[in-house]
Amino acid sequence: MSKQTENTERKGATVPSSRRRFLKESAGVAGGAGLLALGAGMYAKQASALPATAIRPPGALPEPEFLAACVRCGLCVRDCPYDTLKLAELGDGVATGTPYFEARRIPCEMCEDIPCVVACPTGALDRALTDIEQARMGLAVLIDQENCLNFLGLRCDVCYRVCPVIDKAITLERMHNPRSDRHAMLLPTVHSDHCTGCGKCEQACVLPGESAIKVLPIKLAQGSKADHYLRGWEQKEAAGQSLIGDQIELPVRGLEDKAFGDTRVRPGEAPTRTPEYAPTAPGGLDSGWKP
Amino acid sequence: MSTQTTSVMAGGKPERTVPPTSVRGAAMRGVVARPGHEAIEAKGWFGAHKWLLLRRASQFGILALFLVGPWLGWWIVKGNLASSLTLGVLPLTDPFLIAQQVAAGQWPYREALLGGGIVLAFYLLLGGRLFCSWVCPVNLVTDAAAWLRRRLGLKGGKAPAASTRYWLLGFVLVIAAATGSLAWEWVNPVSMFHRGLIFGFGLAWGIVGGIFFYDLLIAPRGWCGHLCPQGAFYALLGRASVLKVSAARRSACNDCMDCFAVCPEPQVIRPALKAAGQDHPLILDADCTTCGRCVDVCGKDVFRITTRFNRSES
Repeated sequence: MSKQTENTERKGATVPSSRRRFLKESAGVAGGAGLLALGAGMYAKQASALPATAIRPPGALPEPEFLAACVRCGLCVRDCPYDTLKLAELGDGVATGTPYFEARRIPCEMCEDIPCVVACPTGALDRALTDIEQARMGLAVLIDQENCLNFLGLRCDVCYRVCPVIDKAITLERMHNPRSDRHAMLLPTVHSDHCTGCGKCEQACVLPGESAIKVLPIKLAQGSKADHYLRGWEQKEAAGQSLIGDQIELPVRGLEDKAFGDTRVRPGEAPTRTPEYAPTAPGGLDSGWKP
Repeated sequence: MSTQTTSVMAGGKPERTVPPTSVRGAAMRGVVARPGHEAIEAKGWFGAHKWLLLRRASQFGILALFLVGPWLGWWIVKGNLASSLTLGVLPLTDPFLIAQQVAAGQWPYREALLGGGIVLAFYLLLGGRLFCSWVCPVNLVTDAAAWLRRRLGLKGGKAPAASTRYWLLGFVLVIAAATGSLAWEWVNPVSMFHRGLIFGFGLAWGIVGGIFFYDLLIAPRGWCGHLCPQGAFYALLGRASVLKVSAARRSACNDCMDCFAVCPEPQVIRPALKAAGQDHPLILDADCTTCGRCVDVCGKDVFRITTRFNRSES
């Protein structure tokens, strides 16, 4: 609007002022644009939940910050030598255009130089991560103990064998097999202080469809630590002695004695240590040996 | 077509009195259904499509640079228009995304800032909406919709105010700050289309199709000309840029309206062509995408692409 028309309109009292009309129109336009942006914002908020099987690349910022920093350029995807990473497409259930991988399909191979982190120009993947063993993409959980072959008493061990941090992130814990009552079960056990969440175990699991061990977001996989609960044994170890003096240990009524697993050695008693796992009789399934 | 035009020119008054410089008037006379015939007669087909062909070459060429990597394994450019790395050394980042990222509360690494600076300087200097007409792949979609609209003779439609995009740009940044995420990038058809072509589409075809049909059936030039906040961002960048279209030979204009018919932002032409509110023949409006279609379709060679310092008239 030129000044001229504005002036003439201001003189004529019957014509609504152009400024008022301008404000009215602007309000409508701004309202429309605001609604559109609000819709986009609410959609983004409600769709920002990450499916449990979608794992972010190593070094990814915590999800809320990641969604603020990732510009969806795909440079991390391009520099991933194993085609592990992919950009989410609309309909994948992951924020459109952001990088992720599915461990069961292609896991992270944990490159030592972490090329995906180096490639990220925006800081969505944090370059403070230089040692791939410090990555925490997720946490493996042996989620199905009913179908895990090791839990059935077999020696599958595949998840344990493929673990890049073998014997630290996954260990095999020996347990008595109560079903056969004569064998051991070697249970794959994940330790959160070493598991990087690379997903090699999930990919390698021999079960035909879904795997028994899965990498989950740490938030799903782990409970919060109860910081107010002091673990007596840790305190004792740190202090070198019990902080509250020696405690009288009372037997549990009805379950006393060595038959119920009381391993304490009474004063004056010689430690009778029976080798727990060494079979004393000749091997073989029908040897008649019992622990 | 040319006979119709001349009849109008020679005083054969149209039935209804519509101003000769309005697009609607021309459309009612059926003049603009196939703009550029006069130019093809005068300059030949290639002459009348020079800038269009160059522009398509630029759009497809840039797309090809991104695609030969994943398709053929020749990694000239990695990434996409949001952020890319050329030949392993040259970072380029969309400043629109950096703006959103900063609004969302994250400061990018030096590469992205450097890349953003280079892109910013380029468009500040040469022309903000060069991005829209020479780079953005959505332009192919909306140009197709506009072409089909002309061929089918679809007239009218309901487009939101052209200033909507500036408001939307503001709200995109507000919403990024409010949600702490790049909220617009969840729906942004511009980045989604380009990314889809390179990394795979999923359901993003729906959004691209949506834009095509919106432009075709509901709002003429609705997306690029009225809604797109990314275009608005680049328009703001181009307020002082150098490359401009000039109606240098406006005295030769025969009011055929072809330039209005093909221009994606027809409102920018009038001040320069008809000396409405300005003396010089330069199109200085930042909404002009410097696409050069007006240069092509003009049979009288009225327009040319020049610099903002060249105010001469011939």
